[in-house]
Amino acid sequence: MTQLTFARAINAGLRKSLENDSKVVLLGEDIGALGGVFRVTDGLQKDFGKHRVVDTPLAESAIVGTAVGLAYRGYRPVVEIQFDGFIYPAFDQIVSQVAKLHYRTRGAVRMPITIRVPFGGGIGSPEHHSESPEAYFTHTSGLRVVTVANPQDAYTVIQQAIACDDPVLYFEPKRRYHDKGEVDESMDPRSALPMDKARVLTDGSDVTLVAYGPLVKTALDAASAAADEGISIEVIDLRSLAPVDYEPVVASVRKTGRLVVTHEAAQSGGLGAEVAASITERCFYHLESAPVRVTGFDIPYPYSKLEMHHLPGLDRILDGVDRALGRPNSLSGLEG
Amino acid sequence: MSTDETGPGGAKTPESAKTPGEAGPDLLQLITPSGERISHPEFDFWVRDIADDQLCSLFEDMTVIRRIDVEATALQRQGELALWPPLLGQEAAQIGSGRALRADDFVFSSYRENGVAYCRGVDLTDLLRVWRGNASGGWDPYSINMATPQIIIGAQTLHATGYAMGIQNDGADAVAVTYFGDGATSEGDLNEAMVFAASFQAPVVFFCTNNHWAISEPVRLQSHIQLADRATGFGIPSLRVDGNDVLAVMAATRLALDRARRGGGPTFIEAVSYRMGPHTTADDPTRYRDANELEDWAAKDPISRLAGLLDRKGILTAELQQQVKDKADAVASEMRRGCTTMPDPQPMDIFKHVYSTPNSWLERQQDHYARYLASFGDPDGAVSKEGAR
Repeated sequence: MTQLTFARAINAGLRKSLENDSKVVLLGEDIGALGGVFRVTDGLQKDFGKHRVVDTPLAESAIVGTAVGLAYRGYRPVVEIQFDGFIYPAFDQIVSQVAKLHYRTRGAVRMPITIRVPFGGGIGSPEHHSESPEAYFTHTSGLRVVTVANPQDAYTVIQQAIACDDPVLYFEPKRRYHDKGEVDESMDPRSALPMDKARVLTDGSDVTLVAYGPLVKTALDAASAAADEGISIEVIDLRSLAPVDYEPVVASVRKTGRLVVTHEAAQSGGLGAEVAASITERCFYHLESAPVRVTGFDIPYPYSKLEMHHLPGLDRILDGVDRALGRPNSLSGLEG
Repeated sequence: MSTDETGPGGAKTPESAKTPGEAGPDLLQLITPSGERISHPEFDFWVRDIADDQLCSLFEDMTVIRRIDVEATALQRQGELALWPPLLGQEAAQIGSGRALRADDFVFSSYRENGVAYCRGVDLTDLLRVWRGNASGGWDPYSINMATPQIIIGAQTLHATGYAMGIQNDGADAVAVTYFGDGATSEGDLNEAMVFAASFQAPVVFFCTNNHWAISEPVRLQSHIQLADRATGFGIPSLRVDGNDVLAVMAATRLALDRARRGGGPTFIEAVSYRMGPHTTADDPTRYRDANELEDWAAKDPISRLAGLLDRKGILTAELQQQVKDKADAVASEMRRGCTTMPDPQPMDIFKHVYSTPNSWLERQQDHYARYLASFGDPDGAVSKEGAR
């Protein structure tokens, strides 16, 4: 076991994939000599060469579109989108090509493309650098969407994503890049928890709290604070956003009778709405109260001096827990 | 053709601007519209092996794909196909380039390159599968080394460029060829593809069929310069060729392929042709197109041009004409039979191939829908009952 930051853990996972499969190629802006703006690809071009770790011109549609061609040719491209807000120029290639080519060719052509996207806020950046665009992609059939919440997962899931024959959007919680954690680099990703499975992080009996990516740590902090007040929260790290692994969530809600979902992305049409609806369908008679969403607001990502109001923090999550429990909360007395 | 001096928004075009699509001294031509073979100091080299029997073969290919096109249009009018994108007028561009390719080259085309697919050996039933609504893609791309046609304009130019980067990595000497129309030159993807192709010197040929119309938008709305000149700005050498001249197209394509195979990087070919029919069978070009323009281009027809050359050479015999007609009729008949006997897909097929590995969300939806269908007793019957509601 070694202590690694998120960024180093992803780097180590990429390195393993490059070592194990000569068909793995990395593409992106600034990923070579610079090692990426977050240094996630640091040293990889030096060790694997410019044909395996390709510094590309600045054009997102082309980065993804050429990855499609490489996949046609039998490669496993891993592309880096420099920031979440820069993914939109590549949107057409992702949703109309990457997602659909397997279907369009009735299984003849595989698109084992991994699209790495640093996402989420909390780092004081200007606009376009802190967004959570995951719902655009979870809405598109043919794509798998995953995110990670600790360095061990960061290390194994990136390898699972690259090995997967389906296209995978791999969302990296950028405000956690420098957080450290134990990583077992000898762990075989094939024996690790599959990337499409959710994980129950804490046992709890009062409320099920679902989170993913950057908010898993905040959710754990909230559970810990709630425990001091005698409230028992079961925290679930969703990990896979498409498909969502509902089984552990269903099992948990049947036990607790209450659901809170939290994410940084805007509320309307967000993944929280989907989870709440799906759990309501499956667990209606077990629910003691309506599912609660604690999310970003339906606004453009705000300027950094105010971003902490937008991002769900520990106290907003606990307020949501109070709502689920029917305890006094910020909306007490409000009808509808 | 007409040279309209009025640009978009009624503004006058600059005096110096050349109308894209205009014939000019830079237009490579080896056969004149009247069928005269004219020599070219550089490009004769690239078709020096094309003897009389091969000219006859090209004549047959062009006639066959025109017949395929007519038959498919008829099938659409008879309700057997939902839609069809005719290639009438573009036979030389497709056969001249398609016949220049090697089996290990890989084609990424738009939806109109049915003649190129014919050159690649496509199964004729597969050619109609998409347009009949039986599938989103007609064939296994690896079976003929041609991607299923792209509907999003210009998206395939990036796929070709990426594929070419893969060829480069593999150290192979194959070439990726991408086909697109004049409308695609306005799209970001083609421009990004040219940036990447030039940056990496990828072995890719950009084959632009300038057929003058992007549905109802004339090429002069897309560009104030010749399309071939656009490539120069990306550092990509370009050729402007008479797209209705099968030999000229073949020569240009062979040069571009050879350059790519020898590590010379990408080439952009503008084949100047004309879409004689509608954009698709759902389109009505009489609403936006001058009949005189059509007449001008009819005089440059690619098949009668080659027939003119064969006639001058004394090889356009009645026997040859009958033989070609019989072949075209046989192909059309086979295609029609394949179309009308194509089995309908099964309801549960809609869930197939979304993912290559199981997906729990979809499996649940699939299971629920199967139960729903089963509630009617007969899954096939359920669909017809639904339709009757």
